[in-house]
Amino acid sequence: MTGTHLGMPAFPEAAREAVRDGVLRANLRHATHTIRDKRARAVAELADWDRLRAAGKAVKDHTLRHLDRYLLQLEAAVTAAGGTVHWAADADEANRIVTGLVLATGEREVVKVKSMATQEIGLNEALEAAGIAAYETDLAELIVQLGHDRPSHILVPAIHRNRAEIRDIFRTEMGRWGRPAPEALGDDPRELAEAARLHLREKFLRAKVAVSGANFMVAETGTMVVLESEGNGRMCLTLPETLISVVGVEKVVPTFRDLEIFLQTLPRSSTAERMNPYTTMWTGLGPSRGADGDGPTAFHLVLLDNGRTDTLADEVGRQALRCIRCSACLNVCPVYERAGGHAYGSVYPGPIGAILSPQLRGTSSEIDASLPYASTLCGACYEVCPVAIDIPEVLLHLRERVAQGGPVTRDGIRVTLRPAHGHTAERAAMRAARLLLDHPGALRAGMRLLARARRLRPRRLPGPGRAWTDTRELPAVPAESFRDWWTRERGNPQ
Amino acid sequence: MTSRDRILARIRRAAAGGPEVDIPRDYLRVHGARTPAQTADLLAANLAEYRARVHRADEGGLVPLLARLLAARGSRQVLVPAGLPVRWTADVDATLVPDRQTSTIRELDGVDSVVTGCALAVAETGTIVLDAGPGQGRRRITLIPDHHVCVVRVPDQVVDSVPQALERLDPTRPLTWISGPSATSDIELDRVEGVHGPRALDVILLTAPGAQ
Ligand code: SF4
Repeated sequence: MTGTHLGMPAFPEAAREAVRDGVLRANLRHATHTIRDKRARAVAELADWDRLRAAGKAVKDHTLRHLDRYLLQLEAAVTAAGGTVHWAADADEANRIVTGLVLATGEREVVKVKSMATQEIGLNEALEAAGIAAYETDLAELIVQLGHDRPSHILVPAIHRNRAEIRDIFRTEMGRWGRPAPEALGDDPRELAEAARLHLREKFLRAKVAVSGANFMVAETGTMVVLESEGNGRMCLTLPETLISVVGVEKVVPTFRDLEIFLQTLPRSSTAERMNPYTTMWTGLGPSRGADGDGPTAFHLVLLDNGRTDTLADEVGRQALRCIRCSACLNVCPVYERAGGHAYGSVYPGPIGAILSPQLRGTSSEIDASLPYASTLCGACYEVCPVAIDIPEVLLHLRERVAQGGPVTRDGIRVTLRPAHGHTAERAAMRAARLLLDHPGALRAGMRLLARARRLRPRRLPGPGRAWTDTRELPAVPAESFRDWWTRERGNPQ
Repeated sequence: MTSRDRILARIRRAAAGGPEVDIPRDYLRVHGARTPAQTADLLAANLAEYRARVHRADEGGLVPLLARLLAARGSRQVLVPAGLPVRWTADVDATLVPDRQTSTIRELDGVDSVVTGCALAVAETGTIVLDAGPGQGRRRITLIPDHHVCVVRVPDQVVDSVPQALERLDPTRPLTWISGPSATSDIELDRVEGVHGPRALDVILLTAPGAQ
């Protein structure tokens, strides 16, 4: 993740800004609670949810254990089906590859399917620097792009914007990029969606190059899978002549059959639907090699590392690579609800961002060092995660790393991180705490959830709490939450 | 050293000696025991919940039903893929436009409706799956027109669950899974139908004689 976080304030400052913004908080609260409640109903419908979750976790762990083998199998299958596979060690290399591929087509415009990986590497900016305009086609991404803004949620990136704001953005910005919004555009979601439809259709019908990510890649068959709702994905994956997919290496699954797990758990965890409206699967150029006009005539797959293999090297932290980006953990997180997605300073907000970003980027910047503290350790994120990532466990692990130092892998090389200066770690923790103490509602939510069963039992507190726990026994269950620790150290915050 | 070699080497170093993981497959192949009629009912209910319009007909009833649906919509140009039974559209009072590889996107954009069959449908999720087989045509013809009428043969094209569906599909074919019409919830989480795909989806459950 090059540069995308430079100049951003560390989590606590950004979060303090965000919690002062009443509109943002109201939007977020409404959205996260709505999705959260619907999700619980969608999940309750499947009697075997826990087994699906265990199977999903196991498929991912098994794949990660043999990632080299599955990537080679994937490469062979995609190549056999007429696609071309590229490998990118970092963001710069991925951007270089994609830019080169686009320039080689002679085109100066691409349409894009929403993709976390391309946001992570800052692809749009890299394309722009090369004189290529990249148009986001997901409605929310369009809102973000037209608003010169950053996404604040994995699934609904414009969740922080309300309808009036969206109308204003469309009115002032659409005309600069193509078909303008209608003169009398109102703020009814139907009207707004129609304006986006007309604006984007013009782009779909003339686009020659598309850039996408993928939710899954099947090693056995070379099949790529994209889940979406609006049909913009289908447009981008079907109509252009050249399709370039940038996908993290961790997105591979061994067999076509494995999709039976994730096609059940992802939509329900994500949009709380039994199934998302559209899923597109393609294998290279297909049996006809695109010759019958059913899809692109050139397909490029860019396999992205960018810190993933470093994350894989960490025995505790590697479970973050199981993430299928459903966003369920964001919607239950009391800290995310108050702070909003921008506070996390990366394209991965919320609990998953708090463990993924510091691993992909390292913890040398202040924001990345502070992210492991952006949590109450209430455990709700673990409970909803469809691949059972123990986010609190990784948070504690990363706190320990920030405070105590220790062995980490950076760019494939094993190095020993020096402990952050005591006061640096302390400061990060204290600032996170101040955020929560200023807003006891977040804490109460954390407390309620803490009562539920959890399996996390650290022997002692890492980070700033460690000196304290070194000489005292921690109660076994539940694990000490940040709040408990604070309460005990500083007295009752309320 | 190429990036490919570098990445693979890093993976080998990082994952070496990690624990082997068995994948438990004790999750359900299907959620509940249903008769074929109950499966069809579930499909209908789940399709309807996501605002597809569901109709039922036998072979005899299909012809007038198709004509009625297209007329009600005011469709003047109706796209038909190769392999769609000719008699289905016998009573349609509109120009039938055969899907041709040479049809441009703009031509497809000028069509009002498209009629297709499907590869299969999944009852538990309310999903129809197209695989570009006979009567389904290319991906783009069910994407660009604003109205899609899809005919599902009951019971032979209906499965209960996602695991059963994947078993029957060929991953090398272009697969499109459709659950209700195009939709977005990006604006204050209000669901709006039809952003880029068809805004209206009619699904006809075509029952074989004596099936129900
Ligand atoms: S960590 Fe789990 S819950 Fe959060 S986005 Fe990833 S898969 Fe979903």
